[in-house]
Amino acid sequence: MARLRQYLDKIKPQFEPGGRFQALHSVFDGFETFLYSPRTTSAARYTTHIHDSIDSKRTMTIVIMALLPCFVFGMYNIGYQHWLAAGLEPSGHFWEELFYGFLTVLPRLVVSYVVGLGIEFIVAQKKHEEIQEGFLVTGILIPMICPPEISLWMLAVATAFSVIFAKEVFGGTGYNLLNVALVTRAFLFFAYPAHMSGDKVFVATGQPFGFGPAVPDGFTCATPLGQISQGTFDITGVGSHAISTWDAFLGLMPGCMGETSTLFILVGGLLLMLAGIASWRVMLTVFAGALCMGWVANIFATPTYPMASVEPFQQLLYGGLAFAAVFMATDPVTSARTSKGKYIYGFLTGVVAVLIRTYNNGYPEGAMLAVLLMNCFAPLIDWCIVEANARRRLARLVRSQK
Amino acid sequence: MHNNIHNTLNFPAMDIKIKKGLDLKLVGGIENPKNACAGLKAVEGVCALCPEDFPGFKPKTSIKEGTLVNAGDAVLYNKDYETMALASPIDGKVRAVVRGDRRRILRVEIEPAKVDPATEQTGILDNADAQATVDVLASKGLLARFRERPYDVVPTAGVCKVRDIYVICFDSAPLAVDPAECVEGTEVEKRLAGGLEILSRLTDGKVYLAVRAGSSFAAIAERIAAGGKGIEVLSVAGLYPSSLPGSLISATAPLNKGERVWSLDLTTALRIGELKACGHYSFENTVAVVGYEVEKPFYAKACDGMSIKALVNGHLKKSPEHKRIISGNVFTGVSESEDGYLRFPYRQLTIIPEGDDKDEFMGWASLAPSKVSVNRSFPLSFMRKIFNPDARLNGGRRAMIMSGEYERYIPMDILPEYLIKAILAKDVEGMEKLGIYEVAPEDFALAEFADTSKLPLQQIVRDGLDYLRKELE
Repeated sequence: MARLRQYLDKIKPQFEPGGRFQALHSVFDGFETFLYSPRTTSAARYTTHIHDSIDSKRTMTIVIMALLPCFVFGMYNIGYQHWLAAGLEPSGHFWEELFYGFLTVLPRLVVSYVVGLGIEFIVAQKKHEEIQEGFLVTGILIPMICPPEISLWMLAVATAFSVIFAKEVFGGTGYNLLNVALVTRAFLFFAYPAHMSGDKVFVATGQPFGFGPAVPDGFTCATPLGQISQGTFDITGVGSHAISTWDAFLGLMPGCMGETSTLFILVGGLLLMLAGIASWRVMLTVFAGALCMGWVANIFATPTYPMASVEPFQQLLYGGLAFAAVFMATDPVTSARTSKGKYIYGFLTGVVAVLIRTYNNGYPEGAMLAVLLMNCFAPLIDWCIVEANARRRLARLVRSQK
Repeated sequence: MHNNIHNTLNFPAMDIKIKKGLDLKLVGGIENPKNACAGLKAVEGVCALCPEDFPGFKPKTSIKEGTLVNAGDAVLYNKDYETMALASPIDGKVRAVVRGDRRRILRVEIEPAKVDPATEQTGILDNADAQATVDVLASKGLLARFRERPYDVVPTAGVCKVRDIYVICFDSAPLAVDPAECVEGTEVEKRLAGGLEILSRLTDGKVYLAVRAGSSFAAIAERIAAGGKGIEVLSVAGLYPSSLPGSLISATAPLNKGERVWSLDLTTALRIGELKACGHYSFENTVAVVGYEVEKPFYAKACDGMSIKALVNGHLKKSPEHKRIISGNVFTGVSESEDGYLRFPYRQLTIIPEGDDKDEFMGWASLAPSKVSVNRSFPLSFMRKIFNPDARLNGGRRAMIMSGEYERYIPMDILPEYLIKAILAKDVEGMEKLGIYEVAPEDFALAEFADTSKLPLQQIVRDGLDYLRKELE
């Protein structure tokens, strides 16, 4: 390890202003602080001389760790669905299915990271700042919330769009108004609707790098939410296999990679809560909001809106709601930031998500739009809480002058 | 005895429980503090007055190098408040008046020397009204030891009465000397009662005497309160920052716009009592020299502004590692070199590793229990009871990302994140709305420690207070 340090010290001057690679200063700095904790120490006065070891890198790493169970299961499920689609018995091929999923996801993960981090590096260098870690999470989220075989170029365009227009123009990590990963998805959703919804896109049918069994042409399979919105309540998966509630909880059904398994999402959510990284206030209230709205919809169910007829808890099993509750709504930058505001924000996110998916026949899923909508409202919610605090202060002043 | 109990029942202390905060235990504390502070011999050496430690004090002096001064003689004056002085803590000779940019006085150094004894002036505080009392305290160097809110500065010129006065008799900072632990005897009780009587002239409200709940000093405080007028004991339970005036003001009567409160420590209150009784006061104080880098942490008796060399005097560990000498505690102190001086409030020297000579491979990923953290994302550190921190930031500076981190450590009804944003935006109206008048930089110290984004919160608040004061005056 000492040798690595020596090597870094040796090449460091070349990346400093005036050096041969000064244009890559931020990149070098990013790698150096990744490998070795920075030696920066506290100022001399009006400062706290000691600091907690928690930093932005640690925070983001924990989120990625929390995403991993979903990620691994998602890869397996891609393979599992593919095997079903090929008309083969999926059990007994665990490693092949996992590997198939891995090969399917890998190019998308690479594209997402290369495009997103590339832009981050350039911007950091231009602004002479350190590279910020926000995209480490966004980069893994993007392939997890898109259909498994989304075109690489579409993904690249969407990622570039969202990193530039949803984040960097606002000032970078910590200043964005909307969740960057969801903006990527929303961009794809509205720009290339045929590739983002319907019966064809949620099961991987290709053979990445020539691997995996072939799937017959013209294969289609609707997602559970798609089926319910058409009034089909006996949900079936690929090859007309019935999807039980347990399957849905486990996640063995077609869908975006990260969103299908409520079980592994909850495992990730638990980790985030234990580590104190994501807000339990938001997480729980999104679920509460969704259940409440699901319950209300269920009471007033009509055949016009088939989605209203499902049991409230099923709202959490299908589609992306659970994933949105645990990993999207809890994004600390774009969610409400005051403690009380978080309850309101989370609850409304859950309500709006179910509201959209139930009463808008055009969109079988509402989690993405709900989170984005509530991202826009989060500053307003916080404003109300902040004003209440200010009013309390003012009232105290008035009282004291009486 | 019976009388005491009777009084205690008649004048119950106000119980204050501060729930937010943190009790960060650090290595390098003094074992058995009660015994360790008994029978200390005073350290002798050069002393210095650093006007920088008294925000709002614009120093000027006519004193020249080589002038002989008595302890208690005014050495520096405040340009904005001519009667306010900082007094020499020892009998001696002015060794240097050290100036910085634009001839700003950085410090006045005084070395011990034989001088003619000063003439005693007793009774100077007898029957004085508020203005006369303030004038005496100002000229004797005691008023500068008060802090005034709003703005966390020395008392403003022309002000002789404030809403309330807070006398803080304990210190909840890591490794701190509890000032009440090191004072004893009947003399102390009389002095403090005298001091509080003087202070009660300076307010139509209350003089709050904040003591640690359940401490032996609490009984003394209650006796004094029972015998005095307008004195109320605050019996405080809670972690750091329960001993900060900000926390206590917020818990008793939060400051409104247009109001003023003063806060001071037990030492200053005792000195006022001594001045009243004897016409002069002692500049000696019990100082804790603590921290991991001290061979065997100890108490010392030293005058205000004592030279650090004289204080540590070979007690530091002989390791080649860089050390950070903090004049004060790890949360609010001033970093000094070994050639530096003990800085106001003169109670503690904390010496910890600097850490800038350490290489830590992928520290952000570490699971080592030695990591200093109170965050649950370091599960092993979380179970740890005692830490050995260095002065590293442990990360890069970022924009605010995590929310709710500051609130957890600031026991006040403010929204710290929004206040900080208003300060950064220089939004005067916003700052007022969000309670800037209630805060001092030190109130944000713990939040700065825990901040994921490593923002310099205390500096931001200091700049905000200075900016606001300039704008509104």
